[in-house]
Amino acid sequence: MKSLGSIRRSFAPWNDPSAKPYISFENVTKVFGDFTAVDNLSLAIYEKEFFALLGGSGSGKSTLLRMLAGFDNPTSGRIMLDGQDLRGIPPYRRPLNMMFQSYALFPHMTVEANVGFGLKQEGMPKADIDARVAEMLKLVKLEQFAKRKPHQLSGGQRQRVALARSVAKRPKVLLLDEPLGALDKKLREETQFELMDLQQSLGLTFVVVTHDQEEAMTMADRIAILDKGQLMQVATPAEIYEAPASRFVANFVGNVNMFEGTVASRDAGIARVTGASGAEIVVDNAGDAAAGNAIAFAVRPEKIKVSSKRPEGAVNAMEGEVYDLAYLGDMTVYRVRLADGQVIQASALNSSRASDDPLTWHDRAWISFQPDAGIVLTR
Amino acid sequence: MTDAALSVSAAPDARSSLPVRALRAVASRLVIIVPYAWLLVFFLIPFVIVFKISLSQTAIAMPPYTPVLGFGEGIGGFWSQLKELSFENYLWLTDDPLYFNAYLSSVWIAGISTILALAVGYPIAYGMARAPTALRPTLLMLVILPFWTSFLIRVYAWIGILKPEGLLNQLLLSTGIIHQPLVILNTHTAIFIGIVYSYLPFMILPLYSSLEKMDYSLIEAAQDLGCPPTSAFWKITFPLSLPGVIAGCMLVFIPAVGEFVIPDLLGGSQTLMIGRTLWNEFFANRDWPVSSAVAVILLLLLIVPIMIFQSAQARAQEQSK
Repeated sequence: MKSLGSIRRSFAPWNDPSAKPYISFENVTKVFGDFTAVDNLSLAIYEKEFFALLGGSGSGKSTLLRMLAGFDNPTSGRIMLDGQDLRGIPPYRRPLNMMFQSYALFPHMTVEANVGFGLKQEGMPKADIDARVAEMLKLVKLEQFAKRKPHQLSGGQRQRVALARSVAKRPKVLLLDEPLGALDKKLREETQFELMDLQQSLGLTFVVVTHDQEEAMTMADRIAILDKGQLMQVATPAEIYEAPASRFVANFVGNVNMFEGTVASRDAGIARVTGASGAEIVVDNAGDAAAGNAIAFAVRPEKIKVSSKRPEGAVNAMEGEVYDLAYLGDMTVYRVRLADGQVIQASALNSSRASDDPLTWHDRAWISFQPDAGIVLTR
Repeated sequence: MTDAALSVSAAPDARSSLPVRALRAVASRLVIIVPYAWLLVFFLIPFVIVFKISLSQTAIAMPPYTPVLGFGEGIGGFWSQLKELSFENYLWLTDDPLYFNAYLSSVWIAGISTILALAVGYPIAYGMARAPTALRPTLLMLVILPFWTSFLIRVYAWIGILKPEGLLNQLLLSTGIIHQPLVILNTHTAIFIGIVYSYLPFMILPLYSSLEKMDYSLIEAAQDLGCPPTSAFWKITFPLSLPGVIAGCMLVFIPAVGEFVIPDLLGGSQTLMIGRTLWNEFFANRDWPVSSAVAVILLLLLIVPIMIFQSAQARAQEQSK
């Protein structure tokens, strides 16, 4: 397990200028009637990467996947796979396979026949097909279900048959459309790790479409955030979370508190920001925000401290009232309403069994955070 | 889902009192009785009467057969009447090759017509199932629309189209495709055209319903796994539409075997079909016993495909669960 982790950490071809992208979307636009699903999008995915396309419905993420699989063609722009332009290549000649959201298992065929379907199309000898099918079913732990029909399986089993079928042909790239969408929460969490192990052991490139940010954060090497057919940010999960490029990304992934204001003064990296209510905060790493710019300082809930008194020496502290409180066991989530009406969310880890500073509903409370607790967003 | 519905409806039952439950049990029995009573009165009893007539002898009387069963002469009389019944008419049917040929030709004509109807109906049903959702009700309407005109009138219209100086020949002659009028009317071709035309909706509707509910992502999955579109059709679409194919074929084949109007109007006098033979025996020869025997044999002949049809329906229902 340890070695696996270290492989993952050192895997970052996107930072290597000499690395060649394996899949690349070059200025791809897709228009359906008067609806632009994908808008002049360019994106590079590297070999053996676990890449997630994350976005809400209508963000164009599924259209990107379908164009890669060959079910839709770009209106303009081109898609390259391993140096080859995919334009005009029908889905049945592309060296990639897809796992469908509905699983799309053939209801009139047994599990075995479903998994072996692609191999049979290739004209593989029957003995080899049988061996490969057995190997695939072992991989997804469904050996004893080989003779069943899909309708005799549970949702989780069907998902694994769909997975086995899509990797049976040893594709170079596996496309997964909401692979865990139909599973319940517990099964989903287990399967996430199974998918990651499978990707590692088979050495495949995975492109997964999901609307579930947690799923994307857990599994992917890099995440592309999409909105209205445009790319918002492409980065590792940690970068997306800690250094979102825009208000949209910060809001889309995880919870965030936005302190909106105008840069009053700037001294090297440190800026003083005046909020609408006149409160002032000091921020680090102001980037290219100049005096007079409207910015948002985005701070994640776990980086905000809640206390009954103003913490000594705190640079940024505001007083408010505990408006809502949720005890989740491992942590407590506070919602504190400030004087200007903004509700700030803060979460505190319950690292000891009894809190030394208990707060409850309608208590006066101070929220505080470090100047480097958040990120300055100009977009 | 059915399980959930069952447990919901069962829950209040368990709590209600005994008389209410008993009443409900009777009521649910009554619901089943209605269709059974219908079948008994309008199917089984008439069949028993026809079967009895088929065992009788023809007679110049009113009704034109003997014996007429009755209790006029007491139980003993009834018993002696029963003894007069025999399978002689059935033996007669085997003696005369006319009947055997009529059955064979009926099955053959109905079979060919069914295959033709499938060949014509499948692309139509497929096109309808793949049409934009908003357009489908209109297309469905168009398939059913001919039923608004009398069947007989529509068959007569085909005479006007197919006869030597009819619309079809005039069209083909005027465009110069042919120089001699085609002889279509009063041939088997005309019967095929008539049956395919008349029964096409019965073929299209079950096909459409099985194709329409098919998940299109299955075809995409097949293509994704390396299957070209034509091959995907034969490996995925067609096998999955089989319940519709069987239902459509049975709905065309079964009535086509006993068809009388179409062969009579379009097929001319030399066409031998069992429907016509039956009509002749009944009205021209006034031989009720023999025509009853012909009808009983026809029914037995059709029971096999009907049973195939029913088991296919049951299987389709099982699969859709």
